[in-house]
Amino acid sequence: MTSLVERDTATWTSACERGALQPERGVAVLLPDGTQVALFLCADGSLHALGNVDPFSGAAVLSRGIVGDRDGVPVVASPVYKQSFDLRSGVCLDDQETSVPVHPVRVLDGVVQVGAA
Amino acid sequence: MTRTLVVVGHGMVGHRLVEALRDRDSAGTWRVVVLGEESRPAYDRVALSSYVEDWDAASLALPGSEYDDDDLVELRLGDPVVGVDREHRVVTTASGARQPYDALVLATGSYPFVPPVPGHDLPGCHVYRTIDDLDAIRATVRAAHGPGRRAGLVLGGGLLGLEAANALRGMGVSPHVVELGPRLMPIQVDEGGGALLKRLVEDLDLTVHTGTSAAAVKRDGDRLFAVLSSGLELDLDVVVFSAGIRPRDQLARESGLEVGQRGGIVVDASCRTSDEHVWAIGECACLGGSVYGLVAPGYSMAEVVADRLLGGRAEFPGADTSTKLKLLGVDVASFGDAHATAEGSLEVVLNNAVAGTYAKLVVSDDAKTLLGGVLVGDASSYPLLRPLVGREVPGDPAALISPAGGEPVGLDALPADAQVCSCHAVTKVAITDAITSGGCSDVAGLKSCTRAGTGCGSCVPMLKQLLASCGVEQSRALCEHFDHSRADLFEIVRSTGIDTFSALVAKHGRGRGCDVCKPVVASILASLDRGHVLEGEQVTLQDTNDRFLANLQRNGTYSVVPRIPGGEITPEKLIVIGEVARDYGLYTKITGGQRIDLFGATVDQLPDIWRRLVDAGFESGHAYGKALRTVKSCVGSTWCRYGVQDSVGLAIELELRYRGLRSPHKLKSGVSGCARECAEARSKDFGIIATENGWNLHVGGNGGFTPRHAELLVSDVDTETLIRTIDRFLMFYVRTADRLQRTAAWIEAMEGGLDHLRAVIVDDSLGICADLDAAMGVHVRDYADEWRGVLQDPEKLARFSSFVNAPGTPDPAISFREERGQRVPVLLGTPEVAAR
Ligand code: SRM
Ligand SMILES: Cc1cc2nc3c(=O)[nH]c(=O)nc-3n(C[C@H](O)[C@H](O)[C@H](O)COP(=O)(O)OP(=O)(O)OC[C@H]3O[C@@H](n4cnc5c(N)ncnc54)[C@H](O)[C@@H]3O)c2cc1C
Ligand code: SF4
Ligand code: FES
Repeated sequence: MTSLVERDTATWTSACERGALQPERGVAVLLPDGTQVALFLCADGSLHALGNVDPFSGAAVLSRGIVGDRDGVPVVASPVYKQSFDLRSGVCLDDQETSVPVHPVRVLDGVVQVGAA
Repeated sequence: MTRTLVVVGHGMVGHRLVEALRDRDSAGTWRVVVLGEESRPAYDRVALSSYVEDWDAASLALPGSEYDDDDLVELRLGDPVVGVDREHRVVTTASGARQPYDALVLATGSYPFVPPVPGHDLPGCHVYRTIDDLDAIRATVRAAHGPGRRAGLVLGGGLLGLEAANALRGMGVSPHVVELGPRLMPIQVDEGGGALLKRLVEDLDLTVHTGTSAAAVKRDGDRLFAVLSSGLELDLDVVVFSAGIRPRDQLARESGLEVGQRGGIVVDASCRTSDEHVWAIGECACLGGSVYGLVAPGYSMAEVVADRLLGGRAEFPGADTSTKLKLLGVDVASFGDAHATAEGSLEVVLNNAVAGTYAKLVVSDDAKTLLGGVLVGDASSYPLLRPLVGREVPGDPAALISPAGGEPVGLDALPADAQVCSCHAVTKVAITDAITSGGCSDVAGLKSCTRAGTGCGSCVPMLKQLLASCGVEQSRALCEHFDHSRADLFEIVRSTGIDTFSALVAKHGRGRGCDVCKPVVASILASLDRGHVLEGEQVTLQDTNDRFLANLQRNGTYSVVPRIPGGEITPEKLIVIGEVARDYGLYTKITGGQRIDLFGATVDQLPDIWRRLVDAGFESGHAYGKALRTVKSCVGSTWCRYGVQDSVGLAIELELRYRGLRSPHKLKSGVSGCARECAEARSKDFGIIATENGWNLHVGGNGGFTPRHAELLVSDVDTETLIRTIDRFLMFYVRTADRLQRTAAWIEAMEGGLDHLRAVIVDDSLGICADLDAAMGVHVRDYADEWRGVLQDPEKLARFSSFVNAPGTPDPAISFREERGQRVPVLLGTPEVAAR
């Protein structure tokens, strides 16, 4: 589960109703400053948000990757060149030097919200 | 000082000598002059019959046979040697050239023996030895235009005769085989094996006449007639003599060298003739009283001479005259003392007329040592049995051929020094060393580092087993979530009716899956028509391409490829494509697959684009899926003056039939209207080439990373048979191939290869054809365009949005620039290619 750092409500962006998320199918969220976030609901009910930009291709596509696990670690695989990223830490499992930002997520009145990284 | 070696004859063995010598003679003590009679450099005569598949002489070429980069080798072709002056050490060629030598090697091979039957030299009568011979046979067959199917006669029912008959069959000719002996392949097989062989071969459109010979051949107008000594008269288009070979020892005779009683240039164990400056190797040599008609002993002789020329003491090690023949799916193998000629030897025979298999082993009088054997119908134990010849049999000899125990002899039973590859004399230990310390991890690696498997190919299954027993073979497990292979999972899903990934992984796997197993399961579910690919949970299994039914590009946009069956398109439809591309600013390109690709669409534009395309009558081209891509076509008989069938019509029919079929990897096809092959059908997974009488179906070709030509599966079939065969081919592939295994690799990995495939889908040897036919029937019946399905379903449509919280806002990371008048992506940083 992502570490939920409490922040000023002003920095939270509402994504969608929790019920609108389908387990293991990511969606992209646009933050007011233009940052793109990939938001995932896992099969165990946990929510994760990572930067949407795939560092290997530069394309904003991580939300369209396949969600699963590797050695028990929940991951999303980039749809471009297929590297896997730890949904909790954003670290790339195929290249530990590379990672994507982790965004805080919370559910408020049934609405999923994403914060700045 | 450099001395001159003259090699007469550039056949397989002559070439091997040059190669072996040049390999070892690093000091350059010998300059080599090769004088060849044929107009082309040495080629793979053993594989000569495969020439009829593509008529491409280049595919028979032996590597390095032109010595392009070697200043010390001079190759002169098309000018036979006609005289040897041993006293002055000079040879003379037909053109009058004189070539002095310090050492002379005769590698002149053999010539086909033609019995002096009256009429044997009439036009239309041929022999079967060289590429030119096959070209001449083809010319005769082409020129023949009698009523009905063409007929041919092959004189001689030995190994070569059967090959020739098969080649005729490949040219659309029905062959008669006439054998004077009491059975086919009299040298290799015994009576029981011969009887079964005859039956199996006759099932395949060959007519066999044993115990008789041709009394005369006559010509009447443009027909040939053969009268058999049994009285039968045959009406024919072509005659091929294959009544044995004779060593070409004429040069040796004329120059006074010793020749054997039944021909052949007499040599000692060092391959030297009665003149110390002259050697003879290959089929023209007579060593220890024997003339060998196989390539492996010739290669051994070449190695011996190369060694001797450099001062070595090598001697001919003796020869293995085992043979294995694979024709028309009929296996025949004979090895060692097949006729039980050794004193007191015992025979163990298993004749199963029902299964169509015959196996005989010959063992020593104490039943301890294997001496030889004959296998007909099923030669799968040949690679294991052959190396055991001359060695102690582990246990009861009958167990070796008894089908009950499955694999009778384990590879472990083979001693380390047993020869696994007899073509190249490679021992078991040489192979296991190459695997364990040489780093070879697949058959291809073993082939290049040990040469094993590059001759007749019959030891390849053993190489695979040795890899496995050294622990190299990759686990069949799909990924960490499933211990099963794709084929196993397919069967599980098919038989249990499970229709979600979650249920499957919970019951048969572990964890939550990954980007390897999820798309595989998605593809299996789609092959079994278990719902739309974006239905329910299935959408989460799909790779991004399948999830958005378009191909992902490097900047996160997608490409759109509407189906254009057979490449045929009306001007109206072309205009619609043009309009859509213009209105959405899509980069437009004609693909290599005869259709049009529109690049640069964003996720939210895809439904709008497709709505316009679907309204205009287009449907998904599945360029994004592991599915049927295109059936490429040439223009065919409608327009082309050479076309013999309507290739466009067939291509469209096939593309519409198999569209949407999800498979382990992509599937491509092509249809050419004649043998000129403008559609490149032989580079496709299944390629069809029109013939005068129907269609030839080739399978297992591809371009891509490892190009491979497709091989002929069935010939001259009508459209109905063709389609039925393709149906089964595809369904069998869909069910049994590994993940991302193209049909070429699938067939290569298949035990028994193309012959096995043919047995399964043509002869129904596994009894599954009805099932395969039914499965394809369901696919054809239930096909529906995926894009139309999306456009009709608001829930699916909603997923084509850029941002959940801002649908319709374009992805700010995407920007374009212009190049040659069209929009192309602005590169995003430095992309890294293919990390894994
Ligand atoms: C568009 C096209 C190139 C073109 O502009 O001509 C193309 C484009 C791509 N090819 Fe191809 N191939 C195209 C014809 C071919 C051909 C030629 C043919 O089909 O006649 C080949 C060699 C023949 C063959 O497949 O045997 C070919 C061999 C490959 C391979 C290697 C396959 C292999 O077995 O080694 C890949 C990689 C793969 O599929 O894993 C590939 C993959 C790709 C991908 C999907 C790469 C990717 O993952 O992004 C490209 C994306 C296309 C897109 O976004 O629409 N493409 N590709 C051609 C589309 C034909 C069509 O109308 O569907
Ligand atoms: C259809 C077919 C299938 C076969 N299948 C098998 C098989 O499965 N397994 C196997 O082991 N063997 C097989 N063989 C036999 C194998 O091809 C021969 O054993 C092998 O080619 C012998 O090599 P060679 O160099 O001795 O003779 P060749 O390959 O015959 O070469 C001799 C060359 O010398 C040339 N020549 C002859 N006289 C002269 C001269 N005076 N001057 C210049 N050049 C001359 C000839 O034109 C020829 O090019 C097959 C043969 C055929 C035809
Ligand atoms: S050849 Fe390579 S770069 Fe060109 S289209 Fe095919 S996959 Fe892309
Ligand atoms: S036995 Fe012929 S290639 Fe190995």
